[in-house]
Amino acid sequence: MKDSLATPEKVEDVEIRLLLEALYFRYHYDFRNYAMASIKRRLRQARDQLGFATFSALQEQVLHDASMLPRLLSYLTVQVSEMFRDPSYFRAIREKVAPHLRTYPSLKVWIAGCSSGEELYSLVILFREEGLEERTLFYATDINQDALRTAEAGIFDLDRVQLFTENHRNSGGKSSLSDYYTAAYGRVSVDRSLRRKVVFSDHSLVTDAVFAEMHLISCRNVLIYFDRTAQDRALGLFKESLVRKGFLGLGAKENLRFSRHASAFTDFVREEKIYQRRGE
Amino acid sequence: MIPIQIEAVVIGASAGALEALSAILPALPAEFKLPLIVVVHVPPNKRSALTDLFRAKCRLAVREVEDKEPISGGTVYFAPPDYHLLIEVDRTLSLSNDEPVLFSRPSIDVLFESAAEAFGAALVAIILTGANQDGAKGLSAVVQAGGIAIAQTPSEAFASAMPQAAVDLCPSARVMSLGAIAAYLQEI
Repeated sequence: MKDSLATPEKVEDVEIRLLLEALYFRYHYDFRNYAMASIKRRLRQARDQLGFATFSALQEQVLHDASMLPRLLSYLTVQVSEMFRDPSYFRAIREKVAPHLRTYPSLKVWIAGCSSGEELYSLVILFREEGLEERTLFYATDINQDALRTAEAGIFDLDRVQLFTENHRNSGGKSSLSDYYTAAYGRVSVDRSLRRKVVFSDHSLVTDAVFAEMHLISCRNVLIYFDRTAQDRALGLFKESLVRKGFLGLGAKENLRFSRHASAFTDFVREEKIYQRRGE
Repeated sequence: MIPIQIEAVVIGASAGALEALSAILPALPAEFKLPLIVVVHVPPNKRSALTDLFRAKCRLAVREVEDKEPISGGTVYFAPPDYHLLIEVDRTLSLSNDEPVLFSRPSIDVLFESAAEAFGAALVAIILTGANQDGAKGLSAVVQAGGIAIAQTPSEAFASAMPQAAVDLCPSARVMSLGAIAAYLQEI
């Protein structure tokens, strides 16, 4: 007892825990098992920019005023990625995974934590180039409704397109990226046909369940925001969702090594963090 | 007062980092017990050569961080290009893709601020050469948590702006030459 009085938890840490509990009990958004160091940074940013003196004040507001929720969520979840980020990953999907996928008459692909859609459209374009798009259904999921709407709109800043184009070429792209978008007023909008086979849906890797049987799951730089408990839950979902011999692609600096589900997978393209669900 | 046992060293470096780190890391003996967690500003979208380079030069283990890796002593950890590197309170390393801070990802401030929370007073934080202001705020968080702050002597640095900004914001920081830093690390 004395010890716990001698080193009390910092007030700010208590407030953060209470705020995360409040978000969960009031709105069922569960950030309690996010990696704390970066969620703290984001929460501080939210607190300061939304004009609150303390996390307790922010908590009171978000509990009583639902319109504060999306504003707070935008700090906690929005990720900006690139199309074909890490071109070598997409090259490996193209050259090593696609030949296996070709053996299936129909395919389901899950982009888990799709954010504003860069990874999704990269895969749709890749599948079209590889002649797999027609037989594929893409599920693009995220917990952030605003991000899903942005992804569905498929609009990106024009000044990012040069990087996307370079990445696409380095990924072994067989067409010109400019075939897939139209530019206007400093922005590009992706061709509507790229969304024809895509289902956008609200889904949480922390609280929701398996919803379909997948052949490929691509989930890049999402798990880094989770602690080990939440990572294990998400990887368990991936394991349950994948067909036998199905594929899982993670971010360049993510891995299965520390997960209790590691033994359910084998390295497929080790240096690109592409794993294959075991067959038995 | 019982001196606090240092548990980790964090280092931030930018322009001129390679030469500066070469004067420190290879000097450390194989028995060096502490983890050294390092952010160097490197361009995104490129594989960083730092890990390979220092692995060849150092007697310590040298690794590029992977997410949620536990921290081991006697190991040099480099932040990967295009990710922030943070330390969790359970002493694992985590990565983030949050927006760049002061145009940098990885950011020295992000590493140092999280290190200050995880290690408190049991931390040594070192700002080396660089042509920007990154790290000054992080160093001040380390000082506030009771840790030891060190800046490379600005006049000696390849680029003086970064250690100078650190000293300006943290007047209590010890100002040391590279040689003195290498010697100091071997004494803690």
